[in-house]
Amino acid sequence: MKGMSLIVKRITRYTVGMILLFGIYIVLHGHITPGGGFAGGVIIALSFIHFVLAFGGESAEENMPRKFLSIGESLGAIFFLSIGLLGLAGGYFFMNLLGTGEPFKLLSAGTIPLSNIAIGLKVGTGLFAIFMALSVFKLARKEGKE
Amino acid sequence: MLELYVVMAFMLIASAIAVSLRGLLSSVISVGAVGLGLCVMFLLLKAPDLAITQLVVEILMLVILIRATIGRGVSRIFHRSSVWIFAVFFVFAAGFLAAAWVSLKDMPAFGEPLMRVSDYFIRNALERTGAANIVTSVVLDFRAYDTLGEATILFTSVIGVLALMRSKGRKKTDERDEPDS
Repeated sequence: MKGMSLIVKRITRYTVGMILLFGIYIVLHGHITPGGGFAGGVIIALSFIHFVLAFGGESAEENMPRKFLSIGESLGAIFFLSIGLLGLAGGYFFMNLLGTGEPFKLLSAGTIPLSNIAIGLKVGTGLFAIFMALSVFKLARKEGKE
Repeated sequence: MLELYVVMAFMLIASAIAVSLRGLLSSVISVGAVGLGLCVMFLLLKAPDLAITQLVVEILMLVILIRATIGRGVSRIFHRSSVWIFAVFFVFAAGFLAAAWVSLKDMPAFGEPLMRVSDYFIRNALERTGAANIVTSVVLDFRAYDTLGEATILFTSVIGVLALMRSKGRKKTDERDEPDS
């Protein structure tokens, strides 16, 4: 997959950071405002996809190796599962151990923000890995054969 | 209620266009228009969480993922219209409408849901979990098992895609018997 024109690349430099920041905001504020881990994770993945579409697959493979994606995906899954197992210490699976805190504050609602972060990490890296596998990695294999 | 019907008509028209178009990319974009209509409908029904997820997943991921894979396979749809296809379509549509009429007859009226479990969530979610967003408190606290299942589905699908599309470890059929090539 080749990159797009100079105008697209120039504008992408400014917009991709904002989209990533918006995704992180949606993930972190999932327990206060609409959104949450899944939607925010998809927005994070879309910011990376935006980058790949503008700059082409080769530059993306250099800047973001495959190992990073698999580590992020597995780390998110393990993190989410360990939050559930942490609840076993208090009584049952997925028990909200940490204090509920004051509502409408960023640090409230016990384990819910942590679960949101885990799911956001998992969804973001997982969907981006699917996109890379469908578009960029396939291209690399075709070139490697020749 | 009127605006819901307008959005519904928009979705019907968009889906009809999506079926009848020949180019695969234009067809996918029409499906994205159906998703946009559903997103507006969620917003009108005051469900912003669903609207955000619908907008992001349905339109962007669908269009971008299919755009990423297009150009390597079929990019145009070839129709073969015959009388049999229309006959089968009408039979299945009639069966679907009859089953829907039977099953939807007993549902509560629009805007008056049965509030058995959800009433408890609405009353107790804030003090029990401390999360201001009740949807998140249901998804990640009361019903976290479901979310764990969803996460497992996503994990399995990512592993499946990466295993099918992997570049390492693939050998040609004639090299398979040799130990290391």
